[in-house]
Amino acid sequence: MHTINLTESFDGDFVRKIECESEQNVSLCYQCGNCTAGCPYTFAYDIPVSQVMRLLQAGQKRTLLSCKSLWLCATCESCTTRCPNNIDVARIMDVLRHEARRQGYGSERSVKVFWDTFLDSVKRHGRVFEMGLAVEYIARTGRFWTDLELGPAMLSKGKLAFKPHSIQGQAEVEKIFERFQQQKEQCA
Amino acid sequence: MSSSPTYAYYPGCSGQGTSLEYETSSRAVCEALGVVLHDIPDWSCCGSTPAHTVDHVLSAALSARNLAQAETLTGVEGIATPCPSCLTNLKTAGRRMLDPQFKERVNSLLDTPVKQPLPAKSVLQVLFEDVGPAALKERVVKPLAGLKVAPYYGCILNRPPEVMEFDDCENPIAMDRLLEALGAEVVPFPLKVECCGASFGMPRKDMVMRLSGKLLDVAEDNGAMAMATACPLCQMNLDLRQSQINATSGKQHNMPVFYYTQLIGLALGLDKRLLGLNKLCVNPKAALQAAEQATAGAA
Repeated sequence: MHTINLTESFDGDFVRKIECESEQNVSLCYQCGNCTAGCPYTFAYDIPVSQVMRLLQAGQKRTLLSCKSLWLCATCESCTTRCPNNIDVARIMDVLRHEARRQGYGSERSVKVFWDTFLDSVKRHGRVFEMGLAVEYIARTGRFWTDLELGPAMLSKGKLAFKPHSIQGQAEVEKIFERFQQQKEQCA
Repeated sequence: MSSSPTYAYYPGCSGQGTSLEYETSSRAVCEALGVVLHDIPDWSCCGSTPAHTVDHVLSAALSARNLAQAETLTGVEGIATPCPSCLTNLKTAGRRMLDPQFKERVNSLLDTPVKQPLPAKSVLQVLFEDVGPAALKERVVKPLAGLKVAPYYGCILNRPPEVMEFDDCENPIAMDRLLEALGAEVVPFPLKVECCGASFGMPRKDMVMRLSGKLLDVAEDNGAMAMATACPLCQMNLDLRQSQINATSGKQHNMPVFYYTQLIGLALGLDKRLLGLNKLCVNPKAALQAAEQATAGAA
């Protein structure tokens, strides 16, 4: 069994920050394991979601911010829906990701790059440009074999637009991202 | 004055590309059933999953721009969207903006602030509540008798219930009832709300192979000839990636994966070009013919 010395490693500020930003009380978790039982991603996680909750109660900041599970959660809402204590577990996972980003963690690089590329596409065009997203993601990760075999089907079905659907309000959308970045820097 | 249900319509980005057939069939079905949709002018992306993994105010702001754009329309009772991910973001943004402080932070990112977020519904909810299975049944000209369908709702259309406020969160039945009204046979499907692997197809294909593979296995084991979905991402994982799933698992699924709106359109006898059946990667012709023959044999 893995043991941790709470006297040395409990980070109370971290717990309070996650609780505050997620508007959840992590003390309510009594480790029934229902979230892990329903989580479709447990097979891929390095730390199951109920153990994420336990580690959060124990203030284990570095273990949590560096774990892969944060990036493999799809926010499918199973855990939140089934928690007997009405803890919004998926929201806690989201807030842990926010903090992991702020602290420079990103333990599943491909997932983080995919999400970042998606948002860059939205910022650039106002709407996500699927073909551009795929090309850019492949360029950034160097994974040139990604979904290569799907290309013919996508193209023959006419499902991939070759040009972005840019909108008149593109600048407004870009400004949402810019103002967000400015506010973040002011807070930091 | 007409009393037709009238909504501000938010198509979502995938409707312009990978889910074109969902977009055109949703519009066609709404028009045929008297649901009036006014496009939100110059709508933009809701940020989908990636935005809420970065920050909740940023995510809400991307949806809120559309809530503000929708406020320029008059005579609409709310927003309707076919896409569950867009819906979740619109509803979550509206719900969180009930908190004046949060609303202020969101509005501070926007050119045009949101006054009062309009309520958002899925097109499925609109069709179920404003039209209803009974009225739909009366409009059917070509019943889908003999078609055994597994109804797949996806993970976020009904969850969490406090946010989505529609149908049952573990065993939703709205799509079941609509499909039954079309004459289809809805097979038991215990994975109605299980996740398909979502947007991990590109970065972590292995997860989608496993989760969507399980959905196809269970649908087939329950006797389904086809699946019906309400989500562009679910449909893409199950249909476009079905060949990858077969290659990975060694199975030989040949399961057509319809948008439920395509099935409604078929039963209503709507223009086939608007239903986009030719956009499906797994050809549905054999399943539809088998259903017809089964009915002819029974008659």
